[in-house]
Amino acid sequence: MKILFFGSLTDVIGEADLCLNGIADTDALQQFLKAQYPMLSSAKYFVAVNQKMISENTLLKPSDTVALMPPFSGG
Amino acid sequence: MSENERYSRQMILPGFGLVAQEKLWAAKVLLVGLGGLGCPALQYLVGAGVGSIGIMDADKVSTSNLHRQLLYSETDIGQLKTTVAAKKILEQNAAISIEIYAYAINKQNALQIIKDYDLVIDGTDNFSAKYLINDACVLLNKPWIYGAVSRYEGQVSVFNLGSLNLAQPLINYRDIFPQKPHSGEIASCETAGVLGVMSGMIGTMQAAEAIKIITGIGKPLYGRIFNYNLLEGNIYEIEIVKIKDAPTIDQAFFNTMHGEFDAVIDCDALDIEIEEINTATFIKLRTNPNIFVLDVRERHEYPVIDFSHAQIPMSELQQAIFDLPEKELCIICHQGIRSIYAGQLIRAKRNLKVYSVKGGLTAYFNKVKA
Repeated sequence: MKILFFGSLTDVIGEADLCLNGIADTDALQQFLKAQYPMLSSAKYFVAVNQKMISENTLLKPSDTVALMPPFSGG
Repeated sequence: MSENERYSRQMILPGFGLVAQEKLWAAKVLLVGLGGLGCPALQYLVGAGVGSIGIMDADKVSTSNLHRQLLYSETDIGQLKTTVAAKKILEQNAAISIEIYAYAINKQNALQIIKDYDLVIDGTDNFSAKYLINDACVLLNKPWIYGAVSRYEGQVSVFNLGSLNLAQPLINYRDIFPQKPHSGEIASCETAGVLGVMSGMIGTMQAAEAIKIITGIGKPLYGRIFNYNLLEGNIYEIEIVKIKDAPTIDQAFFNTMHGEFDAVIDCDALDIEIEEINTATFIKLRTNPNIFVLDVRERHEYPVIDFSHAQIPMSELQQAIFDLPEKELCIICHQGIRSIYAGQLIRAKRNLKVYSVKGGLTAYFNKVKA
């Protein structure tokens, strides 16, 4: 599946997107990412699956696109 | 000049006509912030014939504004943005009624001012103001148009837009970002940089949303967040939903949340230059016995680090400045922004050598991992 990062999260990850497989759901995905990129733990963002924001743990399929979207404040 | 002639090119649009034009003329829009977003938004609202516009900003025009705030000229430097903007708007469209608020939005004035407007456009550059606008608009039941940029990316969304189905609770900013990020957690344009066209596009989109909402044409960006990446030329839109555990915004919540609005640091200290060191230099320096590593993150921030000599959160630093040892300080935070402010705060009171770790722990962990 494809994981997209926006705004300041691209600095945390070092990339704007990643391809990952074998991750069951969005909770497991976030756990995996936070272990790889410790700074993600203190970042604020919401998660979307296939361009729809999620508010609870969501099962993932290989064809899904997950987005981690932080708030921006610049003007 | 005939008013119909002035607006003829938009009035002949399908679905627009005299009816929409009259709605624009009757509308009252408050624009908070007259910077990179606010300037283009204002110019297009005035052009389109929005009849009453409130403009709110405490700042004066500075040289570094001119690349993106095209309402201002070199001769305006040092003058209040509201004064200059009002003058230029009246040259553009003399019939428009302008209300000037030459100060920043705060907890004391937000409700009083916003209540007189139909909708609010957020042209601010900081989270305190954005959350304040959101919470005030929820209390007053007004829609607001969010806009923000982060380097080459921009976001736009409409929040708290009422519909005929009043039983359904409205989506507001706290549904997607319940908590305000800490100051320094997310970079501003001042520290991260911005292209004039980037804020220009987002500000112009905000004006477009305002025109759509007022006239009732099209489909507003409500319930979705629009993200534009200028470098890639990509648009990514996400549908947003009302979440169950979002805070309920009532008067008590408003009073508690907006207490900490005053700046922690006074303006003179902001001119102090703080030397930034990169991660490699920091790793070399930190074992030196003359160096004191100070972590200024708040206590709940992760990860815990074992190489700092003290953790004094930015919010407590003011009281602890004279407890710091007579050593050279390496200050570290999440992204290397707060650590600069912390350095300035310390240098304003103490004559210590101060370094800020560039990129903060984000850069540090990327380096250590690599």
